[in-house]
Amino acid sequence: MLFENHKDYIDDLLTRYPIKRSALLPLLNLAQKEEGYVSQGAMREIASMLDLTPPQVFDTATFYTMLNLKPIGKYHVQVCRSLMCALVKADNLIEWLQKHLGISVGQTTSDKMFTLSAVECLGSCGTGPMMQINDDYYERLTESKVGKILEGLKQIGDSELKSGPYMVPEPR
Amino acid sequence: MEPFEKILTKNMSNPGYVGSLQEYEAVGGYQALKKVLAGVPQNDIIEMVKKSGLRGRGGAGFPTGVKWSFIPKDHPGPKYLCCNADESEPGTFKDRQLMERDPHQVLEGMAITCYTIGAKTGYIYIRGEFRLGAKVLEKAIQEANQAGHLGENVHGSGVTIKLYVHAGAGAYICGEETALLESLEGKRGKPRTKPPFPATHGLYQKPTVVNNVETLANIPHIVNRGPEWFASIGVPPKSTGTRIFCLSGHVKNPGNYELPVNATFRDLIMDLGGGMRSNKPLKAFIPGGASAPFLTPDHIDVQMDFESVAMAGSMSGSGGITVMEEDTSMVWAALRLMEFFYHESCGKCTPCREGSSWIVQILQRILNKRGKPEDLNTLTEICNNIGGRTVCAFGDAEIAPIQSTLKYWRYEYEALIAEAESLRAARKEKEIPVLSI
Repeated sequence: MLFENHKDYIDDLLTRYPIKRSALLPLLNLAQKEEGYVSQGAMREIASMLDLTPPQVFDTATFYTMLNLKPIGKYHVQVCRSLMCALVKADNLIEWLQKHLGISVGQTTSDKMFTLSAVECLGSCGTGPMMQINDDYYERLTESKVGKILEGLKQIGDSELKSGPYMVPEPR
Repeated sequence: MEPFEKILTKNMSNPGYVGSLQEYEAVGGYQALKKVLAGVPQNDIIEMVKKSGLRGRGGAGFPTGVKWSFIPKDHPGPKYLCCNADESEPGTFKDRQLMERDPHQVLEGMAITCYTIGAKTGYIYIRGEFRLGAKVLEKAIQEANQAGHLGENVHGSGVTIKLYVHAGAGAYICGEETALLESLEGKRGKPRTKPPFPATHGLYQKPTVVNNVETLANIPHIVNRGPEWFASIGVPPKSTGTRIFCLSGHVKNPGNYELPVNATFRDLIMDLGGGMRSNKPLKAFIPGGASAPFLTPDHIDVQMDFESVAMAGSMSGSGGITVMEEDTSMVWAALRLMEFFYHESCGKCTPCREGSSWIVQILQRILNKRGKPEDLNTLTEICNNIGGRTVCAFGDAEIAPIQSTLKYWRYEYEALIAEAESLRAARKEKEIPVLSI
């Protein structure tokens, strides 16, 4: 039922691979985009689509850290905590975010708006500290910048501070 | 530093260049593809790439032409090309720039490679977090399909080249080539035992080449300007061309810098990077992504080619250089990296799975001033039992930060343990007997 709206995309997706199972990760990503997390219903539906058993889908889904198997907040704030970002004080930012949102890492705000995670390297080491919120990267963060970003997401559901195509240092 | 010509970042260094098909064609894009499809024999291209000395930019530095020559020519097919855009090595962020700023350069490299190895299909395995990169590439593929640079009967040559973007879902290990193939087949990303190698039994057990984004982006330039030109840059014959070095950590100007491989760490860190952010002295740097052993200020004049860095006791790896200033705790740094490896170990091999969690526990204990003198020997022993005892190179990678910090900054570990000892004496804590292993 979940994927009825995406029939064209899924039909096209299945033509890309000689073996149906290869479409598993793209479909799990799609399921997460639709519902905010990968539900058991979605996994059953994917299983029947790809001629797999539900445990086979579950087995794969549990391996990948980006897939949330439980509902989370509307915005998933993922701050990088690996060494390169930690050298430029990512830990202070995580502390600040915990206080600002009133939650600990791994928790969701009571209005179901924000879930805070500390994650491993997101491939943006030259512009740390950085975070990813849903599909977008936010880099070279300061506390006031993060405050603005969260405010923007709350008010208009978007923020102009998100990163565009990456190039650092900027061409001159 | 001597002046040099940028290769990979030349187009994007032009302000205003956004990487559209028109812009790429205007600077000579897709000419190399047309040239090879007009009838350059596939063997000649392999020889050309071998002669250029191009080596894999993903980390292992394997000669690209040699890798291609392993693909069996008489195999009825299908054969596959996988572009490794997983870019998950901490400290590395160059592929992201290549894909988001000049996607057609990567696509042209892939198309030429597909033709060379006889693959009709190529997949770009991009890490799931790079949503923007995936979007840019998908749009570029669409443009190239419409313009006839990709698809069926490319430029009237009868060759079919279909490229697809395949997003992962967050797993460092999927940057390992066989784990990438497993993941692309829709399974858990666990590395396969080698041999057989992907060249004969790769994706769907068919002959497969897996190349890094930066490696593939070099191909059109080698075809256009000849292998001799490429081989004249850097340190011929073994390390040639330019590389995009990713600079991060305590420097004034972090970012991506394309340099000939014979540039030194001083050129990168002190000249381009502007030196230390706080003007404190340099304490340590990682020369090739998180998997490379740490180096000290004594190594600052080492050239950044594969051989020179290996001679200095580390590896050039993926080209990610992370700089640490004085006052950075090396035990803390080693722990941070180890926590990453503990989190990302796929769990297939026991030494890596159990060893990484054990090392994290010991380092946490030492850093929290609860360490014991025998911890250092235990660390060394665990490391010796991981290296070379796992299916993939992850095992060797995860012990690099521990072994190198123990080698150069052992006194920091010892100081923390000595402090723990005196605290323990003050607390009059009862000693728990330790079993020797």
